Amino acid sequence: MSSGIGASVKRKEDKRFTTGKGKYTDDVRNDNQAYAAFVRSPHAHARVKGIDTSAAMAMDGVIDVLNGQQLTGDGIGNIICGWAITSKDGSPMNMGAWSALATEKVRYVGDAVAVVIAETQALARIAAEAVDVDYEELPVAASVLTSMKDGAPQIHENAPGNQIYDWELGDEAAADAGLASATHITSLDLTNNRLSPNPMEPRSAVAKYDDAEDHYTLYTTSQNPHVARLVLSAFYNVAPEHKLRVIAPDVGGGFGAKIYIYPEEITCLWASMKTNRSVKWTSDRSEAFITDAHGRDHVTSAKMGFDDAGKIVGFKVDTIANIGAYMSLFSSSVPTYLYAPLLSGQYNIQNIHCNVRTYYTNTVPVDAYRGAGRPEATYLVERMMETAAREMGMDPAELRRRNFIQEFPHQTPVLMQYDAGDFPKILEMAQETADVAGFPARRAEAEARGKLRGIGYSTFIEACGLAPSKAAGSLGAGVGLWESAEVRVNPVGSIEILTGSHSHGQGHETTFAQVVADRFGVPIENVQIVHGDTDKVQFGMGTYGSRSGPVGMSAVAKALDKVEAKVRKIAAHALEASEDDIVIEGGEVKVAGTDKSMAWHEVGLAAYIAHNLPEGMEPGLKESAFFDPVNFSFPSGAFICEVEVDPDTGTTEIVQFTSADDFGTIINPMIVEGQVHGGVTQGIGQALLEQVVYDEDGQLLNGSYMDYTMPRAADVPSFHVQHHETPSPNNPLGVKGCGEAGAIGSPPAVINAITDAIGTNDLAMPATPQAVWRAIQAGAKSVAAE
Amino acid sequence: MYPTKYHKPASIADAVAALNGGDEAMLLSGGQTLLATMKQHLAAPSDLVDIRGIAGLSGISANGNELTIGATTTHAEVAGNVDVRRLCPALADLASGIGDTAVRNMGTIGGSIANNDPAADYPAGLLALNATIVTNTREISADDFFEGLFATALDEGEIITAVRVPAPSKAAYAKFAQPASLFALVGVFVADSGSGVRVAVTGAGEDGVFRHAGLEAALTGSMGDASIDAVDISDGNLISDIHGASDYRAHLISVMAKRAVLSL
Amino acid sequence: MTSINMNVNGKAVSGDVPDETLLSEFLREHLRLTGTHIGCDTSQCGACVVHIDGKAVKSCSTLAVSLEGAEVTTIEGLANGDLHPMQVAFNDNHGLQCGFCTPGMIMSGVDMVKRYKAEGKDLTSDAIRAELEGNICRCTGYHNIVKSIEDAAAKM
Repeated sequence: MSSGIGASVKRKEDKRFTTGKGKYTDDVRNDNQAYAAFVRSPHAHARVKGIDTSAAMAMDGVIDVLNGQQLTGDGIGNIICGWAITSKDGSPMNMGAWSALATEKVRYVGDAVAVVIAETQALARIAAEAVDVDYEELPVAASVLTSMKDGAPQIHENAPGNQIYDWELGDEAAADAGLASATHITSLDLTNNRLSPNPMEPRSAVAKYDDAEDHYTLYTTSQNPHVARLVLSAFYNVAPEHKLRVIAPDVGGGFGAKIYIYPEEITCLWASMKTNRSVKWTSDRSEAFITDAHGRDHVTSAKMGFDDAGKIVGFKVDTIANIGAYMSLFSSSVPTYLYAPLLSGQYNIQNIHCNVRTYYTNTVPVDAYRGAGRPEATYLVERMMETAAREMGMDPAELRRRNFIQEFPHQTPVLMQYDAGDFPKILEMAQETADVAGFPARRAEAEARGKLRGIGYSTFIEACGLAPSKAAGSLGAGVGLWESAEVRVNPVGSIEILTGSHSHGQGHETTFAQVVADRFGVPIENVQIVHGDTDKVQFGMGTYGSRSGPVGMSAVAKALDKVEAKVRKIAAHALEASEDDIVIEGGEVKVAGTDKSMAWHEVGLAAYIAHNLPEGMEPGLKESAFFDPVNFSFPSGAFICEVEVDPDTGTTEIVQFTSADDFGTIINPMIVEGQVHGGVTQGIGQALLEQVVYDEDGQLLNGSYMDYTMPRAADVPSFHVQHHETPSPNNPLGVKGCGEAGAIGSPPAVINAITDAIGTNDLAMPATPQAVWRAIQAGAKSVAAE
Repeated sequence: MYPTKYHKPASIADAVAALNGGDEAMLLSGGQTLLATMKQHLAAPSDLVDIRGIAGLSGISANGNELTIGATTTHAEVAGNVDVRRLCPALADLASGIGDTAVRNMGTIGGSIANNDPAADYPAGLLALNATIVTNTREISADDFFEGLFATALDEGEIITAVRVPAPSKAAYAKFAQPASLFALVGVFVADSGSGVRVAVTGAGEDGVFRHAGLEAALTGSMGDASIDAVDISDGNLISDIHGASDYRAHLISVMAKRAVLSL
Repeated sequence: MTSINMNVNGKAVSGDVPDETLLSEFLREHLRLTGTHIGCDTSQCGACVVHIDGKAVKSCSTLAVSLEGAEVTTIEGLANGDLHPMQVAFNDNHGLQCGFCTPGMIMSGVDMVKRYKAEGKDLTSDAIRAELEGNICRCTGYHNIVKSIEDAAAKM
């Protein structure tokens, strides 16, 4: 069986994971290991008046108790947000100071004020409870609707009214004019529910300071170890880059939560130097709920106008987003450039305007979670389309079809230039597989069993492959979003690929190797992927935003081009042929039309022995490349969800879920389908089960798996997943990225199906049994009132 | 966890001595609740007295129409036991729905009822079945045993040794699970002893498990789901939390009662 | 501290541990068998599932000192030489992504197949989904985990 592009190659990395031999950060234990536990605020907003560490320090086995004054005194810098957003009045965003250990004020439950370093983890946690912090409690703004009100508690001095920015995209006058010309306007008020990402591996950090070399090593649960090293060095002043090695070994899922550099990693590195011990911190799940960045949390009002033919003539959106107590690394970009540019969806809309205001609240910082901005946009657009279709008495698929973009490239009024796609085709594929034609019969059959059956669509687009560096920079990004790769062909012909992408479940060790095997015809077993270690890989921007395929693999492809060029020269020279006649296939380097050839490994050997290289050629066979995309990639999809609702309890069962995705070129269908399954399930989680809930005092009410509902196996069906490939013209492999599609597209499909089943549009996520039951009751009441 | 001292006595007498010997000693059975509580520093017993080594506390026997279930019998054992299946399949069904497989392999009936979590399943079953809780010092009717939230009639140093369950003529349990924890958001156990109907509700009551007089009267009058429609299920004293307000729970009591009755 | 002896993966092991040591800690920290994972603190996620005397148990909710003389099997000891059919099936069916929940999934999978076979019951895909209520995965959407267990059940 082929192991090249398009083959469902079984994963090379599985053996260590299925045998318990994976090596995750918490599995690392250094000599002289000590353990950290954080003293965290039990209050959502309070002034820190004093910290008494004497009882903790007196405990046997406590090595030190360190606080924020000491941390800032040692010059450790504040945590920053790396994407500058400018308000529509031209003013910069109001970024409040965030110290890894709070000094004067705590701003959310879980904000760290001190750290205990002890001989065991259990002791560190006990001693942390013995640290006595004197708090003066302050009024709390635990939701964005509270914090934006006049007279709300001031969370950061430099953010009057708690506002961070008031930003817009698009032409408001044009959107207003479009709406004024509409013959039908659909209005919606929606909340995009706040989520906790919950990768199954909790975050962990093991920091080790070497005083002889003045050098630090950090093992950490990171999606982007080089970015971690960059900001730890450049902004937090922990150590210069050449004195800091960051290793992200096996990482147990990320979903965005492991992009950011958190207080705990900074503190562990610093504490390691202070105590001259290796310092380890591993979050437990309860701690993860109050420290891992949350996702979503938008409140939106929107209007979409249609003409007589059902064409969209205007779309106006007003969104309020919760940033939490501090601005996390990419937080500012999520409700702006990752959101508003997606409001055109798959539709030809000439007039769009979006206004976004963001506010601080006394809650955990909010940042990117799988999809990041794009699920929020998709949820709005796709609920809008379904609702509008119902209001206008149209088939929701037909309304979508009438508005589909059919020609590419397509410039939207909200920045994006879509490169390729075939939206009618994927909708048709999904409709056929889902047997939409048979739905009325299925609904009738369900009704006979006392169940309400509904069907819902979501046809969506993403902007993935983050991101063209220059474009990102012009929009405020503090970094370039290219990727790097290095291809090392060893003298025996085996190949090592060093990539700045990081795999934490995506299967890069297999898919990246497939790209190499495809190019040179070498066995996939002879290709090794190296990633996740700043000492091994020169640089990289990491894995998020569905970028490993379109950007990371493209860098590999570019480096492979260079290797291939050199191989051709070496072989042409050795075989006394023209470079143009050299063919590389099946592990051989041949001269076309002759029986002259070299085995692949002979070329490798020739390159290193260097006895017979072309005049002037350097020995060796190793090339590197940086790939900076010229555009985003635009995966698209059509999802159809079918549900049955039990009207007695409000319970929703997803009985059928069909997807048709266009990810461009697919490297490994098995892995891509797995990404869709997982993404859709997270979207179903958002739609039906998950929501972080704070009370008005800023106390988290569901901070464990006893109360925060994670999707379980019985909550989801088996999925019908299919693909249509329109390759992206903007990268060498034609890939578009597949990591986020499921999470982006599925929530509106689920909610549209439920609202279809129960006959009312007034339903918020998560559509818990209670929420659905109430919506049914309210619908029944309104019918009775009529 | 805070440090603790572990004891594994071989007799009730030794267990009582160990319980009385520690400042804040606690009994340990399956540990499926207690150890999680200790991990979160919400409990810090000075001593843990593991009663699983005491002969005679584990196992199930049938004597005529009565089941005797040892205190340290696991949920999995109750769920799979032939005598329980024969005499009171509803109780086996209830046990098979507690927690998950791994929890059922460790968690015990004695531990569950001693904890009397307001959302636990067993309290509803034992209360509706009019079971008797046997301790090292006395026998306590289920009506007297379950006193409120996490509260029971057990005295200091008193140890549950077994539960005696008279076989009903028919019984059924219907549970609507809280989606995260899989505990009962509302669980209704209906038991017809032949001489009367008892209905116990778990998951919903602010004071823990309770019998529902209105449902009992209606079903004693006429065993059928139609009887339930006529019963006013008040939401007074019902729990309201993020998973369900009291009116929703009241509604679910009615729905689960009907489902239990329909599966009798 | 208590001295304990048990049999882990076919080998006699012993150790002096604080009484409050959980089996998961004993495996990970004392025996350095780090394939048993800790994904939550309320015994829901199932990443820590091992077999004690042939039954699936959450090692994070069991005291090591209570297991004197017990037979414990962890993910590292599941196979005798070659991979266990369940391990093969997870690879064949792409039943894992990040791998963190995988040891618990495999141990629970083996347990359910054995129980169903012993009871002569058919382990349908619906039954597998119900049986997985104590194991949480955030990556796979369960689709391929269910397939993996079905596949292994046919081969075990």
